[in-house]
Amino acid sequence: MIEVKDLYFVYPTGVEALKGITLTIDDGEFLAIMGQNGAGKTTLVKHFNGLLKSTKGEVVVDGVSTREVSVAQLARKVGFVFQNPDHQLFCETVEEEVAFALRNFGFEENAIKKRVDWALNLLDVTQYRQTSPFMLSGGERKRVALASVLAWDPQVVILDEPTIGQDHQQKEKLRQFIVQLNAQKKTVIIVTHDVEFVAECNPRVVLMTEGKIVAEGLAEEILTNQKLVAQASIVPPQITQIFLGLPDLGLPTNVIDVHEARRILLDILEGAPHEHV
Amino acid sequence: MSMFEGFRFRRVSSVIHRLDPRVKFFFVCVLFVTAILFGKLPPLILLFFVPLPFVFMAGVQREWIRSMRGALFFAVIIFLFNFVFTYFYTQYPQVPSASLLERSLAMTLRFLVLVESFSVFFLTTSPDHLGLALEQSHVPYEFCFAFTTAVRFVPVLAEEAQTIMDAQKARGLELERGNFLKRVRNYIPILIPLIVGAIRRSLELAEAMESRAWGASEKRTNLYVLKLKNTDYLLAFVSVLMLIFAVYVWLYVPIPSLTTLLRL
Amino acid sequence: MANETLAVIKTSDLTYTYPGAAKASVKDVSITIESGEFVILTGPSGCGKTTLCRCFNGLIPIFYGGKLEGEVVVAGRKVVDNSIYELAQHVGLVFQNPENQLFALSVEKDVAFGLENLAVSRDEMRKRVDWALQMTGIEELSERPPHELSGGQQQRVAIACVLAMQPEVMILDEPTSFLDPVGAQKIFEVINELNKKLGVTIILVEHRLDLASKYANHVIVMDEGKVVLDGEPRGVFNSEKARLIGVGVPKATRLYQILGESGIHLDRVPVTSEEAASLLREVFKRD
Repeated sequence: MIEVKDLYFVYPTGVEALKGITLTIDDGEFLAIMGQNGAGKTTLVKHFNGLLKSTKGEVVVDGVSTREVSVAQLARKVGFVFQNPDHQLFCETVEEEVAFALRNFGFEENAIKKRVDWALNLLDVTQYRQTSPFMLSGGERKRVALASVLAWDPQVVILDEPTIGQDHQQKEKLRQFIVQLNAQKKTVIIVTHDVEFVAECNPRVVLMTEGKIVAEGLAEEILTNQKLVAQASIVPPQITQIFLGLPDLGLPTNVIDVHEARRILLDILEGAPHEHV
Repeated sequence: MSMFEGFRFRRVSSVIHRLDPRVKFFFVCVLFVTAILFGKLPPLILLFFVPLPFVFMAGVQREWIRSMRGALFFAVIIFLFNFVFTYFYTQYPQVPSASLLERSLAMTLRFLVLVESFSVFFLTTSPDHLGLALEQSHVPYEFCFAFTTAVRFVPVLAEEAQTIMDAQKARGLELERGNFLKRVRNYIPILIPLIVGAIRRSLELAEAMESRAWGASEKRTNLYVLKLKNTDYLLAFVSVLMLIFAVYVWLYVPIPSLTTLLRL
Repeated sequence: MANETLAVIKTSDLTYTYPGAAKASVKDVSITIESGEFVILTGPSGCGKTTLCRCFNGLIPIFYGGKLEGEVVVAGRKVVDNSIYELAQHVGLVFQNPENQLFALSVEKDVAFGLENLAVSRDEMRKRVDWALQMTGIEELSERPPHELSGGQQQRVAIACVLAMQPEVMILDEPTSFLDPVGAQKIFEVINELNKKLGVTIILVEHRLDLASKYANHVIVMDEGKVVLDGEPRGVFNSEKARLIGVGVPKATRLYQILGESGIHLDRVPVTSEEAASLLREVFKRD
């Protein structure tokens, strides 16, 4: 469990990135931290594995304050997949890349071999085992980076802007993968501004703007609230926009999913009383 | 490395900042030549004070002090080396003479005068101004471009290095652990992504350059032009005077050493 | 109807293989783009759209080498017969990463870069730089260094840099990848202005069709190096092929499709939420 208690953070340059964040993330949750670029989302999650230490306030991971432990110790529990895989990849083969963190954490050789096999298989990159990561395509490098983090089986997985540059199918695969991770009782935290992606996942959403949390709740409540959305400079999902464009027809206003939308429209047109979702 | 701090440009405007870099450079060269000409302490002490009015006029005192503090470290090393080696080579086992002490101090002060003048130059000249000056001084454009582009990307690369360190720390890399050799090896996961990233970046930059007609003309034109103003002419005039004065004194006026002066 | 005389880009059986590659990245591409069009070029990752863009301004084959077959004619010029700097005055290319397109220490010096290379006179340069900054809405940023700008601002500078050379065609390769939706919208609006006001032909490579498709009047979809769909947006987005390839069509279009499956038919294929809303309203009125 991650507890953030009135967190303030100021960068050495003087920029006040976080202004009093209070948040609790339970084990096994699926959380999306949203907001425009510069809202402080990445700054916030960097506190969860100790990369950043609070200026004021506290961050407690599984009962231990992040100030009292090293990044390496926290990283054991909290895996962080950075936005750009090229900031991590440096080994001669994919296999070594995936084993890197395992070696840092002091796993023994047998365990390393088993976990590397498992992670490569999970991300469907076993065929690239002996390939140099630099020879792979962008999408493949992302998968290798993800495999290298999952290899040590952290309880929490943070994904920073995982959908950037991804095409529709890649995003769909990612969505399914996250659902799978979550089903395995892992806490998954994604930092994103991709509203359509979040609409398809429907996680708990924390909306940030200018270093503060402006709203917390289910995706379908937050992303459909016009005032909040405008305040945080994000764009509501297209389906929501369609429904918001028909206020006089008495349609429910918290629809974010296209299939849900169809169901509601069918209900109305067939004359059946629709349930207010 | 606080000696280098003193060379970093801060965006402030003053008369000194607005001076043409070429003239400023000429002035600094005159100081340089003068410092080389004189080997005795009195003139060097005088020379040390010459750039100070410029420092205050430009408002860069704090940065200047920082650079001098950093330079002091090297100055001490130069002094010790010079003094110890010359002593053992010439005067050992007698007591070291005052003139030997003075000569070593003079050498050290010479170094400090150099750092001081170049520091003032770099502190009061923006990199783009400098790039422009290079261009107009007929340095081949490729070098000017390489220079300004490098300066442009310094903050970007610094940020990237930090991000890479974070990414690897998040995979359990502990940079501070282990003996000296292990610590050096710990930097490989930082250096390789940095270098590969720099290469990728260069490729993208090259594409962008080509796409904006790089190499289209033999002679490029320029949006900006450096024009010499009255203040520039004034500084140039003063520098030439200083140079003439220095050469005259060096040729015809015997300078007493500080040791001699103090005994009087 | 493609009018040959108005075609600003025309390719015939264009096939290109990168040096040392096993197979071609672009295969038998024959497309025609008319002057003034706003084209969206899309397709799954690796389909060849980025490669195709570089065939239009000479980066392929000159900068990259490799084997180019077939013909590419841009603004009346055969690409293979011209140098990159010659083509740069007719086809501008804006890249994905805003950071790596800006080399100077101030915005206006960057915008002037292309003009300096072309040895344009200082007075003319000043005029064009100011004009480009105005058209992209960034006049107040003219003396700022690129490092202090946000990604969206940097991308607008990159567009201004290309615009200053006054090309007939502007190609933008996933320009909003690193931007948030609001930043992305601003970029699309700027590009749209250039298209509608100045008549600049736009080729936009994008995945974010929900935000971009409302501006386009021509969509080309590629898959595995080949052009598989080429036509006006509604037809392309609604097609079965688009769904099979996995193109992320706008949700409005998706809704239209699944409503159709359930027997509710909207009069037209919508690509924006406004269109979908008004079409739904008509359906409700019918009942």
